[in-house]
Amino acid sequence: MSEQDPDGMQSQRSIRCLVAKVGLDGHDRGAHVIARAFRDAGFEVIYSGLHKAPEEIVQAAVQEDVDVLGISILSGAHNTLVPKIMDGLEEYGAADDTLVLVGGVIPEEDRPSLKAAGVAAVFGPGTSIGETVEFVRENAPTYERDR
Amino acid sequence: MTAARSTLDPDDRRLLEQLLEGDHRALARTISKIENRAPGSRALVAALYEHTGNADVIGITGSPGAGKSTLVDKLAETYRERGETVGIIAIDPSSPFTGGAVLGDRIRMASTIGDMDVFVRSMSARGTLGGLSTATADAVKAMDAFGKDKIIVETVGAGQNEIDVVRTADTVVVLVPPGSGDAVQTLKAGILEIADVFVVNKADRDGADRTVQELLEMIELGEGGGFGGASSRARSDQHHHRDGVDHHDSSATDGSTADSDSTTDDPAPARWTPPILETVATDGTGVDEVVDALADHRTYLERSGERDVRARERYAEEIRTILREDVHDLLAEELEDRGGVASLADAVRAGETDPYTVVDEILEPLEACLAEVERSESAVDSGSSSDVETRR
Repeated sequence: MSEQDPDGMQSQRSIRCLVAKVGLDGHDRGAHVIARAFRDAGFEVIYSGLHKAPEEIVQAAVQEDVDVLGISILSGAHNTLVPKIMDGLEEYGAADDTLVLVGGVIPEEDRPSLKAAGVAAVFGPGTSIGETVEFVRENAPTYERDR
Repeated sequence: MTAARSTLDPDDRRLLEQLLEGDHRALARTISKIENRAPGSRALVAALYEHTGNADVIGITGSPGAGKSTLVDKLAETYRERGETVGIIAIDPSSPFTGGAVLGDRIRMASTIGDMDVFVRSMSARGTLGGLSTATADAVKAMDAFGKDKIIVETVGAGQNEIDVVRTADTVVVLVPPGSGDAVQTLKAGILEIADVFVVNKADRDGADRTVQELLEMIELGEGGGFGGASSRARSDQHHHRDGVDHHDSSATDGSTADSDSTTDDPAPARWTPPILETVATDGTGVDEVVDALADHRTYLERSGERDVRARERYAEEIRTILREDVHDLLAEELEDRGGVASLADAVRAGETDPYTVVDEILEPLEACLAEVERSESAVDSGSSSDVETRR
C-alpha cells in the first residue's frame, strides 16, 4: 500500500470519494450503502448530506480534492443536474481528473448524453457493490496525479 | 536526503504560485500532497513557511456528538459576517482495519455553503506516530499561506493523537456536552489542561448548569488554592452575565482577569483563566460570546508574550515529530533488510533471542555510523556536531 519515494518518506495514498445527493431527492439509502462499502474498501468517503445544490457539490469536490465523485440521483432530474456539476468542475479545472460516477434510476436512453458530459460510468439498480468498488479501484486517478 | 527547502520542483513551484494567488484548487491540491506525503511535499511545505504567520489558528475538540461541527459552522458564519476568510480542517477517525473512513463533518457545515471563502477540508487519521499532527500542522500552513484569516481545526478529543493535533492551534476550545459524568470524563482524558476556552454546548438541555458548575470547580482546583481570589470572583460575575444580557460586558470579564481595563497596556497580564461559555450551536445562541472570548484569548496571547512561547513549543514539537518519523522510516528499511519484523518475531517466539537483543543488533551499525560521523565532524568543525547529537 505504501511505497518509498526519493525523499525517503512513506507515501500514504488513499482514494478520496465524495458521495453526493443532489437536488430534491430524499432517497439516500443507496448513497449510504455506497458510502459504507467505499469505507470498507479502504477509501476515504465524504458524504454530502441530502438536498445539495450542484454548486455545493462542486465546492465540496474542489475543496476536498476528491478522486471520485459519486452522484446519486433518483429524482429523474439527472439531465439538468449532472451537466451543471460537470460545468462547475470544469470551471475550477477539476473535471479532467475527477472520476465522476452516477448512480440511481437513469433510463438507458439518457446514458449516452451523461457520458458525453464527462460521466465515466452509470450504475443502475442491480449493480453489485463489488463491481462499483472494482471500477473505482481501476479508474480512480490517484496514482497518476502525484507525480 | 537533500535539504527540503532547496529542492522545489517546477510543478510544485507553479502550484505554490497559484496557491499564493488564491487559487482554491491549488490549495486543495497542496493539502492532498501533504496528506499523501507525496514526493516533493516536504519541499512544498518548506516553501510555504515564509508566507505564514498571519492566521489565527483555533482548535476545537470534544467528545463525539458534543456539537463541534455545528459550532464550527456557526463560528465560520460569524467570521464571514465580519468580513474574515475562514479555513476549516475537520478530522475524523479512520478504520484501523481497512484504513477507510467516512468523513461526515461537512454535512453539518451548511451555513456557509456556496461561499468559497470558507474552505472546508476533511482529513482522516491516516498516519501513525504523530503523522496526523504533522499533516494537520502542514495543512494549516497551506491555509495560512493562502491568506485565510481564521483557521479552525476540529477533532474528536479521544486520545493523545487528537490532543497533539489540537495543540497545533493558538487557542484551544473544549466542548463539553451537558450530562452527568461528562466533565469528569473530560478531566480523565487530560483535555482540561489544554483548554483555553470551555464551551458547554446544548445549554438548553437539562444538566447544563451542573456541567458548568463542575467545570468551574475543576478550573478553580487547577489554579491551586485560588479560593475567594480575584479569579473566582470573575467567574461568578461571568456566571451572571452568561444569559446573554450584555455579552460585551461579560466578555470583558471572562476574557482575562488582566483585561478589566482594556485601554491600558498591562505589561504583565495575569494568568489566563479559561472562561466557561454556554451555547446552543444549532440556533446560534452564545456564538458571538465564543467569538469574543477567542478574540480576548488572542489579545492575551500577544500581550503576555505567550504567543511566542507557544509558537516555539509548537515548532520544537514539529521538529521532534518529523525527526522521529524520519528515523522511524529509516529503521523500517533497516528492519526490512534484515528479513522483516515477522521473521525476527518468530525467532523470539522460538526462544532463540529476545526483543532487546534484536533491537540492539539492529541499532549497532547505526550507532557505529553516527559515532563515525561525529568523530569526523568534530575534527573539521567542533560546532556542527550538535545536530548529530540530537538525532540519537
